[in-house]
Amino acid sequence: MTDEREIRQTLASALVEKARKDDRIVVLDADLMSCHATKVFKQEFPDRFFNVGIAEANMIGMAAGMSTFGKIPFTYSFAPFATRRCFDQIFISVAYAGLNVKMVGSEPGVAAEANGGTHMPFEDMAIMRSIPKMVCFEPTDATMMEKALDEIINYPSSVYIRMFRKKAAKIYDDTLDFHLGKAIELRDGSDVTLIASGIMVERALQAADELAGEGISAKVVNIHTWKPIDKEAIVAAAKKTGAIVTCENHNIFGGLGSAVAEVVVEKCPVPLKMVGVKDEFGQVGKNAYLSEVYGLTTADIVKAAKEAISRK
Amino acid sequence: MESSKLEFLTAKARQLRDDAIEMIGRFGVGHIGGVMSVMDALTVLYYDKAKVDPKNPKWNERDRVIMSKGHAGPAMYVVLGDLGFYPREWEKTLNLNGTNLPSHCDMQKTPGIDMTAGSLGQGLSVAVGMAEAARLDHNPATIYCIIGDGESQEGQIWEASMYAGSHHLDNLIVMLDYNKMQLDGKVADICDIAPPAEKWKSFGFDVQDIDGNDIEQIADAIDNAKARKGFAHMIVLNTIKGKGASFAEAASNCHSMSIPEELWRKETGRTE
Repeated sequence: MTDEREIRQTLASALVEKARKDDRIVVLDADLMSCHATKVFKQEFPDRFFNVGIAEANMIGMAAGMSTFGKIPFTYSFAPFATRRCFDQIFISVAYAGLNVKMVGSEPGVAAEANGGTHMPFEDMAIMRSIPKMVCFEPTDATMMEKALDEIINYPSSVYIRMFRKKAAKIYDDTLDFHLGKAIELRDGSDVTLIASGIMVERALQAADELAGEGISAKVVNIHTWKPIDKEAIVAAAKKTGAIVTCENHNIFGGLGSAVAEVVVEKCPVPLKMVGVKDEFGQVGKNAYLSEVYGLTTADIVKAAKEAISRK
Repeated sequence: MESSKLEFLTAKARQLRDDAIEMIGRFGVGHIGGVMSVMDALTVLYYDKAKVDPKNPKWNERDRVIMSKGHAGPAMYVVLGDLGFYPREWEKTLNLNGTNLPSHCDMQKTPGIDMTAGSLGQGLSVAVGMAEAARLDHNPATIYCIIGDGESQEGQIWEASMYAGSHHLDNLIVMLDYNKMQLDGKVADICDIAPPAEKWKSFGFDVQDIDGNDIEQIADAIDNAKARKGFAHMIVLNTIKGKGASFAEAASNCHSMSIPEELWRKETGRTE
């Protein structure tokens, strides 16, 4: 079921609400205000909104400078420009300097659709995960984005938010008990664990349904925080089901598959298959088409699950 | 400037130069050229113009000094040590294992360092963000940012300058250490930034073009900048790389040099 709310509007409205009580919050955008629905923030807090123009490196540096004054800056850009375009600024001016900036990178992976290969980041989480102490978070739906905001604001260091902008599949309701770094079990199972993030969560749930029809019991876990990753949940899933499939809208190199494998190999080796982009660039196309091209469909997850189980 | 003040600042700059020659000399090698060229500006800032408190390095209303050309760390360290920002015993630890005085400025290690720098081109953006934050908070802090001429080959310097100029950040005073040399040779031969005064004027800055090794000119330029509202400020410091270290001034390129013990002792006359 598609959510009624866009994630971008949910975040922007929630930021406005938080900012009414917390004057530390400021927002910076790099000429993509209209794409991020941050105009509501600008309208209410014109002095606390900074459109820096098409200059992501300067935006990150400015945010770092503002954080030294106790501000909590949220920077916005499309995910490739929020990460790889200004990697050194994030690495040095923000992370190495010990400063606190919340960076939103929108339109992850195939969500970039018609903007194509230049705008289609399959590498943003790998880039950000390589920075010491950087929190890497991909909200699953608008409810999670909203619930996560308090922790993101109050987390004492920087956070990267890999944000699908529009209406995602609705996975959670208001009963969601959210914590950064804490995986969420969506369905229990005993034969295989499907670990998914972002738009892949819905597909993992669909794959679990299909597998159930064939008598295979799949556990589904949403790992929304790729770093720090919930090692305990991964080890528990590996022990219980003896096989894991990771599902990500991202290159498997350095992404969720890598992050889970790092834990599994060291702590509890079991067969593991990675559903994700296999060392490819992006291209224009609709989400559904691109998901076929890059092997991100429900069918790909079902196939990977059976392969993982067969290797037990 | 009163003659007693000028005398004091001149003597202080000399002492700080000797401190820096010794500090780098004790380690054996370092960025002596760019440390010497900015020493007069740092002397005027820290001993006359900038509001800072060594007992309270994080004082919220202090003026900020961002050394964007982060390899001039030792220039900052001799000043901060002399003012009592950190214990004197640190002075002999430059770049030693576990030190709080690394070659490039690190705000997490050295009290009084307002920004980490070393990957060139980044400090000015941070200063711009500080200037915006100060303006938002009605904080009276002046944000000083020292950039290099070679550093200004980095595109980010111009992103930050375009923003500062178009947003009239008049609490921002940028100083360009225009010593005309960079690691591999002359700035003019490698990728010329000339004419800097005209460039920053065209970016909407209030620009002053002065002798950056002249204490009175530096002090006057800072006063002028603070008096002119509505513009971000650029003070082009025409400096000599290695200024005040005779061996560095005489070298064909003094960006980074080995400084044997007998050399720094001879230069400073220090025997202890």
